[in-house]
Amino acid sequence: MWRQAKWDVEILTEIDNSTARGSGPEVPFTHQFKDIELEVPEELARKTEPNIPSLSELEVVRHFIRLSQMSFGVDAGMIPLGSCTMKYNPKILDALALNSEIEFLHPLQDEDTVQGLLEILYTTERWLAEIVGLDKCVFQPPAGSAGEFAGALIIRKYHLDRGEPRDEMLIPDSAHGSNFASAAMAGFKVVKIPTRGDGCVDLDALKAIASNRTAGIMLTNPNTLGIFEKDILEIAEAIHDIGGLLYYDGANLNGIMGIARPGDMGFDIVHLNLHKTFATPHGGGGPGGGVLCVRRDLIDYLPRPILVREGGKLRWDYSCGKCIGMVRAYHGNITSALRTFGYIAMLGPKGLREVAETTIINTNYFIKRVLEKPYYELPYSPEKPRKHEVVLSAKKILNDTGVSAEDISKRLLDHGVHAPTMYFPPIVDEALMIEFTESEPKREIDRFVEILHRIAEEAYRDPSKVKGSPTATSVGRLDLVKANHPKTLAPSTRYVRGEGGSR
Amino acid sequence: MYHVWIPNSSEELKKDMLRYIGRSFDELIEDIPRELILRRDLEVGFGRPLSEYELIRIYRSYMDKNRKPKIPPFMGGGLCPTYIPQVVRYLASRGEFYTAYTPYQPEINQGILQALFEYQSMMAELYSIDVVNASMYDGSTAVAEAFRLAMRVTRRKAILAPEIMNPFYRRVAETWIEPVGGKIIYYRVDRGGQPDLEDLEDKADRETAAIYLENPTYLGNIVEKPEELKNIAGKTGSLYIVFSEPTSLAIFKPPGEYGADIIVGEGASLGLGLNYGGTTLGILGVRRDQSLIRQLPGKLVGMTTDLKGSERGFTLILQTREQHIRRERATSNITTNAALMAVQAAIYISYLGMSGLRRLAETIARKTRYAIDHIYRRREYMNLAIGARYFYREVPIRFRGDYGTIYRRLVDQGIYPGIRLDPLLKGFSNCGLFCFSDVHSRDDIDLLFESIDKVI
Repeated sequence: MWRQAKWDVEILTEIDNSTARGSGPEVPFTHQFKDIELEVPEELARKTEPNIPSLSELEVVRHFIRLSQMSFGVDAGMIPLGSCTMKYNPKILDALALNSEIEFLHPLQDEDTVQGLLEILYTTERWLAEIVGLDKCVFQPPAGSAGEFAGALIIRKYHLDRGEPRDEMLIPDSAHGSNFASAAMAGFKVVKIPTRGDGCVDLDALKAIASNRTAGIMLTNPNTLGIFEKDILEIAEAIHDIGGLLYYDGANLNGIMGIARPGDMGFDIVHLNLHKTFATPHGGGGPGGGVLCVRRDLIDYLPRPILVREGGKLRWDYSCGKCIGMVRAYHGNITSALRTFGYIAMLGPKGLREVAETTIINTNYFIKRVLEKPYYELPYSPEKPRKHEVVLSAKKILNDTGVSAEDISKRLLDHGVHAPTMYFPPIVDEALMIEFTESEPKREIDRFVEILHRIAEEAYRDPSKVKGSPTATSVGRLDLVKANHPKTLAPSTRYVRGEGGSR
Repeated sequence: MYHVWIPNSSEELKKDMLRYIGRSFDELIEDIPRELILRRDLEVGFGRPLSEYELIRIYRSYMDKNRKPKIPPFMGGGLCPTYIPQVVRYLASRGEFYTAYTPYQPEINQGILQALFEYQSMMAELYSIDVVNASMYDGSTAVAEAFRLAMRVTRRKAILAPEIMNPFYRRVAETWIEPVGGKIIYYRVDRGGQPDLEDLEDKADRETAAIYLENPTYLGNIVEKPEELKNIAGKTGSLYIVFSEPTSLAIFKPPGEYGADIIVGEGASLGLGLNYGGTTLGILGVRRDQSLIRQLPGKLVGMTTDLKGSERGFTLILQTREQHIRRERATSNITTNAALMAVQAAIYISYLGMSGLRRLAETIARKTRYAIDHIYRRREYMNLAIGARYFYREVPIRFRGDYGTIYRRLVDQGIYPGIRLDPLLKGFSNCGLFCFSDVHSRDDIDLLFESIDKVI
């Protein structure tokens, strides 16, 4: 029986300073500058003492080791979060990304001094362009959402330059929430496209909605139901015919990598999530890596700088004729790019395809097994094979027992398994969105199925037990009303102390 | 093809699983139009799977083409080299932290949530502000989001920013706010690096969403009367946004104490390293004001209790601001952020403690002063590019000769001097922006200036 560690760990900014009277580690070269005057005039000096304790090194180590033991990563167990692609993060890749050489490289240092690094970035960029079937990529967007935003800006600028500003972006109702937000940030009005009964974009609705106001469409394929948009060539034709562009949200690439390419489907712009498909760690929320790729005639629009080869040397080209500007300072999350280089190199062309092939087999194996018992349902064409992920519905269990998708998710935690993505996409009631990636062994998938069945049976037998879960985690269900209520909001210890005053 | 990273990739196992499914692999992809199926291998990698050792050899063969400086670089511009203590490296590389997802299931991720809450709380202490979010991508995007936040709260479109604003941040912010009708108006900065208050008064009006200040400025000097900007903002009902280098706040007055409504920062100096400009950490926070808090982008961790009210716990809060719930009406599209960098910064700060942090800042201030003395002794061919009285960590030097030539000669000798301000900032030809941080010894700084003497 799994039990998560549980420590009472003091909050650092609440530690009584009188009990933590260390004076911190030696700071390099302090002694060499003791004779230099410290010029901090009274009126510019800090007057208040921050509540930050000075602990010994061991106390710091124990503090964070204990916190790490109350955390849950892929290294400890399965995280089948749909659309998040929580695959194994190979350890060797850390060695490429995290070392004192990389830590000391300044983004503006002379290009002549970093030709080796630029070669790796350029090579990786070429590989990614080949994987998506487009012509040029940049690492600048720091995450998928930033890539979407940059892509939406390209679409906007493209139409402006043609003298026909267009203000509508089409997005399927099953799309990732960030698509809507990114399009809005780029100044677009979002127009939702409905999903057909078979789980694909409603082509007729799309054709009826598309007009000369349509700037483009943002799609992920396979979509969030795990279903391949089989009409993609017709969708591309319909959008291109009215002068729009196709944007590919790469969050779901894992299910088709090496099998089919967005560029071949007619997509003009693609973003990739290095922290999904290319195994860079998710870091408890980030940092990730977004990569933006475009077809040849859109290269001028890419955010600057872009990496170019000239006379045998690589350099950053900052010239910005039509470009959309800069979506973040410098060259992107380089640590993620380096890991991606290693990931592709160690898998090779056949290995990359194997990623998608095994992912698809894992998904469909799971579907067959989990549907063997009559608890969970598979809405939208249950006979259709899924690709990288599958969305089950726990609606029947809810109706029969009152146990919700959230309750099931919480009960999963008690088995040392992370919950799937819940209540997404919104077109599925009581959705449980599940993605194993290529990383989960068959044994683990089998165990996961058994746990899902056991929880369903428990729901029929003893619903209160499921509703009362989790109990094996370091804390039980939390009071979210208290957490979010303006009167009890507690986003920092300073806020709780009330020093900043209230309005 | 079996690969050690793909457990079920052995041919036998795949066959078993397909037999159970009752379909061939081709049947599982039959909904993909035939003409889209790639009938060849991707042209990627080195044609075959590499072993770890081969990968390392290839990586080294590339990286050996980089040139290594003799001493740590003096390049600044908001990012300076810094040492990452081993204990920070060790703790941040715990798999439970770095292989975790965003803690949407709080019960199983109390550790990460507490670490992020501690990051938020320590930043709140340093900046003397009440609410700091759980991280933005980096300083540049944090500034862009601060501008957007101010525009939403005030329903106004103009940002007043200093003409010596970080030129990269400037480009990023312009890219981010232009599509929603925002514009940046630049106010003058005098020869001493201080905001020209008259110019600011002239430019601030009822259209001004916010006045933005960098303190220390992009050029490293301390702004002596930052509260004056608050007064001007107050007159027009504008917000006051202040960007500060976090380590400077251990000794200099924090933005919250001179009226900042929104604070911004870049956390690379908190034990994260340069990483060629990424991966770093964007710091973003707001004063205790519900309208500011409701419009704050990004993840926020809060303290609460379990449902019985008996135990403390942490969870993501105010998620209705975010894209996964609010979609096109969200405060931002940000999803993945820089959580691990925030945790790493929290580890770094707790390792240094307030005493260590103060000593670090004092030493950096002294080094900066020491470098300025070097400049004063060479007045015949260099001077401070702005006549400010106080600098922290970065110093702009104006050379009498062509800085491009000096720069190149130094780089060829393995000494990486300050970044060239020439193409970046108007009016700063033949200027370099030099950084003096924890990694520079007295000998390093002496060698820098002696080397300049020789190449000039």
